[in-house]
Amino acid sequence: MTAVVNVPQSLDDRSFEQVLEQAAPVPAGEKLIVDARHTRWASPYGLTALLAFAQSRGEKPGLIAPEASETASYWARAGFFEHAEPLFEITGHVPKARGGESDVLLEITPVTRSDDVHEVVGRIQQKAHAILVKELHLDVKATMGFAMTLSEACQNIVEHAGRGGWVAVQTYTWKKRLGRRVVVIAVCDAGVGFRQSLESAHGRRLDERWGDGRALEEAVLRGVSRFADPGRGQGLAGVRRYIGRWQGKLSIRSGTARIAIVPDWDEDLPLEEKLPMLPGAQIQITIPERREEK
Amino acid sequence: MINHIDLTGVLRRTVCDLYSDLVTRPTGAAVRDGIEKQLAELGDRSLTVIDFSHVRLLDYSCADEIVAKLLMRYVRADDLPPPRDAYFVFRGVNESHLDAIETVLERHGLAIVAELDAGAVILIGAVQEEERRAWDTLCRLGRLTALELAQEAGCAGAEAERVLERLFRRRLAMRLEQSYVAVGAAQ
Repeated sequence: MTAVVNVPQSLDDRSFEQVLEQAAPVPAGEKLIVDARHTRWASPYGLTALLAFAQSRGEKPGLIAPEASETASYWARAGFFEHAEPLFEITGHVPKARGGESDVLLEITPVTRSDDVHEVVGRIQQKAHAILVKELHLDVKATMGFAMTLSEACQNIVEHAGRGGWVAVQTYTWKKRLGRRVVVIAVCDAGVGFRQSLESAHGRRLDERWGDGRALEEAVLRGVSRFADPGRGQGLAGVRRYIGRWQGKLSIRSGTARIAIVPDWDEDLPLEEKLPMLPGAQIQITIPERREEK
Repeated sequence: MINHIDLTGVLRRTVCDLYSDLVTRPTGAAVRDGIEKQLAELGDRSLTVIDFSHVRLLDYSCADEIVAKLLMRYVRADDLPPPRDAYFVFRGVNESHLDAIETVLERHGLAIVAELDAGAVILIGAVQEEERRAWDTLCRLGRLTALELAQEAGCAGAEAERVLERLFRRRLAMRLEQSYVAVGAAQ
């Protein structure tokens, strides 16, 4: 019997773990069906991570599209179905993508080569300025840093993943957790991931604590890269500086671990290990609206 | 001889004529290669203005390839002479470029002469206080010998010689026989 994985009503970086927990007992070579009929909302991370999840499966999974027409139509406008089509056997009603989605700064875009990063960065800049300055009330200086951050996050795929991934950028109001508007960058792939990438470094010594969690700590907190070149590893350090400056949040999941740089407004765990396996790296960067100090 | 290199022009010639952002490591490496080719056509001693004025965005990876790696060929850690006596001024550096450039320079322990958008010429990167003072004095007074700098700064001649020699090795000052001139002072 084919296993069914139910997608939560609200699919974000936290609830995505439920998808992976349900899929964990099903070997990658076995068929499963991802049932999104009852899903009403998905973050850019949720959608791009679903693509990475499908990419990680040996046997093409099935996908039942959301029943709610506004949800399905949003997924279409965000570019999800277009990229899901070769990865899933999709059933249910798939609407055509129509018109622009004002909250979507960058619809789901594949990233494989350096040229893709140029394309992504070029497209984001004008819209990012309008959103960051006018809607999130950030300083004008935040705009260029945002594009740099996006560039470095996407380059993680080009430089390390060994296969293509996806990026998406969106703004929305984060009612439950924050009560403010946020802009979210999601960059997901199902490539080699941080642990395997660092293990490929020549002469690297691995201790008994070595694993996905330790690899994430090395790369994110200490700027270690698989390359001997001392200039490497600056991209993620730059992302950390940017989110620090604008009270943002960075979380990266890779393999069976997830690391987070947690701002005051959030209560996430700095490091989680022994999570269900998902190959590659799944990055989320969240920048909140700035509130005037009283 | 002062040579001028517009980075957007190099980007469009070497990578893609539609791009105006300096992002990604392969792009940075291609642009640096383009710069090196131009430098190879110059004489033994050259001052090159590398112009960021039309560069919209510079990320860390590109800054590392274009600024740090270019400079590392001329600021030799192994005490070997550089391939040629080349000096650089980085023009049109705005605040967002500065963030990426300062970060990569500090990582490698390098420094550059930068002409900011507003026209001010400054040293950025990893610079010791005595180096900064000596470079400022050279900018203010022009060509100086170590002895003249020592008199001006009120320090020993050997100390002034040591600092000037360090500025020279770091490509922040030119050595002209027995005297030194700050890079960026008179271009």
